[in-house]
Amino acid sequence: MTENAPVISVSNLIKQFGRFAALREVSADFTGGKLYAILGDNGAGKTTLLRTLAGLTRPTSGQVTILGAGQFHEVCDQVGYMAHPSLLYDEMTGMENLAYFARLYGIGDGSRCVEAIRAVGLDPELRRPVGQYSQGMRQRMSLARALLNDPKILLLDEPFSNVDIHSATDMVRLLARTRAQGKTVFVVTHQASLLEGVADEFVWMQAGKIAGRTRELKPPEATA
Amino acid sequence: MSPPSGITRATLLKDLRLEWRSKDAINSMLFFSMLVVVVFSFSFDPNAEESRQIAGGLIWVAFLFAAVVALNQTWARELRNQVLDAYRVSPAPANSLFLAKAVGNFIFVTVLEALMTPLFIVFYQLRALGPAWQLLVVAMLGTWALVVNGTFFAAMSIRTRSREIMLPLLLFPISIPALLAMVQATTAILTGEGARFWIVLLVTYDLVFTTGCLLLFETVLNAE
Repeated sequence: MTENAPVISVSNLIKQFGRFAALREVSADFTGGKLYAILGDNGAGKTTLLRTLAGLTRPTSGQVTILGAGQFHEVCDQVGYMAHPSLLYDEMTGMENLAYFARLYGIGDGSRCVEAIRAVGLDPELRRPVGQYSQGMRQRMSLARALLNDPKILLLDEPFSNVDIHSATDMVRLLARTRAQGKTVFVVTHQASLLEGVADEFVWMQAGKIAGRTRELKPPEATA
Repeated sequence: MSPPSGITRATLLKDLRLEWRSKDAINSMLFFSMLVVVVFSFSFDPNAEESRQIAGGLIWVAFLFAAVVALNQTWARELRNQVLDAYRVSPAPANSLFLAKAVGNFIFVTVLEALMTPLFIVFYQLRALGPAWQLLVVAMLGTWALVVNGTFFAAMSIRTRSREIMLPLLLFPISIPALLAMVQATTAILTGEGARFWIVLLVTYDLVFTTGCLLLFETVLNAE
């Protein structure tokens, strides 16, 4: 793959839920090594787009190419995904959760889990089950889970929701560092201001379509 | 990626750990089957010969209903925080998850049977006239027949709104041949008749349905 070749391409992507079209002929290319902020109102199709990129939602029609593969499962070990819910077992500690998910990626080395937990600013020795974490800690542990397999592409859905401003700023710094390592980061968020000056591109979604892409935090009609 | 057997083992250990901490399934199953034993023992007052004739049916119906409780719990804990999505985006094979869940349920139901069988023996004054070791074979084969289909149909019903109702509706009709074989084999062993035909039927049932479930599980896991 050449340096400027898109790491993700979507073409004519349509996703229908019954009569409701969550995505309407979305076509876009995303080049590697950038941080994309996906913005839009509730119901604009942001989460559906992210879940489609993560192979969790099958498009009604259209094509997704990710790292050159037409099937998500061919490259799933190179993608990290963080959803709005934590994707963690409440009854287990953070370290136990990460050790389990590491096995799914063939990572038997516990040091990688310790590294991921430290990267998000948490203590790997914490003995409390995740169910007793604060919302902010849970979000950070969820991000650690997404980073576990050292992915080339990171798909994050609302990583800053219910997180205090200091923790959110720390998370943004971590995402900037991740991007600096040549990784591609997609962040679906309602708190776009946190990514101002950090995101390479703001992707504006409206009614299931990409309404525009801007380099600054200004809606497309405002830049026009 | 870890070999499938390693992922199955890790998932099984994780489920055993979660059950050990929450005791959701085992407590519900135990209380339910104890109620059945006590209520039936007060409802009927059979002599030893009558007990041998009806015990097979009573035991297996009690275990079948109790198993449904465990089977519903199996996937419920994967839906909390949408943890199942973390498995789906990983490179781990679907069948490893299925086998871990089926073996986990097998262990839970076997523990229940080990605890409840002495109670049945006491309350119904049971004594096998045939080879008692064959009861162990019937119990193993019968339990696997219940849990392999139960795990599969519980996975099918997790995305339905009334999954607690849906599971018995799907599971019970398809379990009839296995249930018939379990009851007839148990009765035959208790009354001193030959159970060979019913045991062969159970083996065949287990092979056919285990193969079918393994072939179809990936489709069920990724269904929307």
